[in-house]
Amino acid sequence: MRVLLVDDEKELVSTLAERLAIRSIDSDWVTDGEDALKLVETHCYDVAVLDIRLPGISGLDLQKKMKLKCPDLKFIFMTGHGSLGDFQAGATEAGTDYYLVKPVGIDELIEKMNNLMSA
Amino acid sequence: MNDSLDVREETALRFFGNISTSISHEIKNVLAIINENAGLLEDYNLMAEKGIPLNPERIKTLAETVMTQIRRADGLVKNMNKFAHSVDEASKTVDLREILELVVALSSRFAAIRGVGLELQPSSSAVSILSSPFFLENLIWLVLDFAMNATGNGKIVGLFAEKKEDGARVIFTQLDALGKAQKDEFPTEREKSLLHILNAEISLDHRAGQIFIDLPTEITL
Repeated sequence: MRVLLVDDEKELVSTLAERLAIRSIDSDWVTDGEDALKLVETHCYDVAVLDIRLPGISGLDLQKKMKLKCPDLKFIFMTGHGSLGDFQAGATEAGTDYYLVKPVGIDELIEKMNNLMSA
Repeated sequence: MNDSLDVREETALRFFGNISTSISHEIKNVLAIINENAGLLEDYNLMAEKGIPLNPERIKTLAETVMTQIRRADGLVKNMNKFAHSVDEASKTVDLREILELVVALSSRFAAIRGVGLELQPSSSAVSILSSPFFLENLIWLVLDFAMNATGNGKIVGLFAEKKEDGARVIFTQLDALGKAQKDEFPTEREKSLLHILNAEISLDHRAGQIFIDLPTEITL
């Protein structure tokens, strides 16, 4: 499984990537939507984990653009907000099971990724 | 929103809610980073138990990251506390520079999401007025929100406060797209309700790309 992590909190995604690597999950991370779109043009990922609110673009808009470039890509949304509006938007796009509120447990995240891959 | 609330009450409640949401979001991010770093330490510990040697430099970096995040959270909570105390007194003597500093700090997340930088320009001396700290913060925040949509390609809003003979002025600069803004869309009823209570005025210089808030030396609420 190859994962792309997108969140403007660099310390979060870089540490998460290291923890996934320890668990033999290959991942790349970026801190903005522009870099995420560049990566999906040249790399193939199975799952993208997106923050709902990114600088300059929402996670939902980024998902739409990434889907155009990589139709088979699956998505998990993360948010620090937990607001009803964000939940409704994120859950509509990804399903309630794939909308996670920070801080997220790594075991839960991996379980969601595996569920997506086997769906 | 409840029909019985007037525009100013609704505006104030929205402001309080928006700021609280933003701060809680930031704190959640801090917690998420600390959570991952603590988790990574746990991973290293498990690896060490299996005979994989620990890298002291990496451990040191993780500890530094956690300490940085604790300082960040401390700053967020201090600002939240300062903001919450703005409603303690209906009016008091304030230094506009400090009010601007607080509003800029509280708005940093909103600005980052919109890809806009906020540049607070220093004033050489105190800009003291007797006013309502909370409504002042609310008005500056609303004007800043409008200003962030008028930056054009520059994506920067400059802010500073200056003393005037008959009061004080807050100036928003570098608004290159201000000329493109609809003249009838600003100030809205929300800003007008705050201008009224603060006895203040807003003016726009479309050519210079600047917005001014003129405030009296003192108001009584």
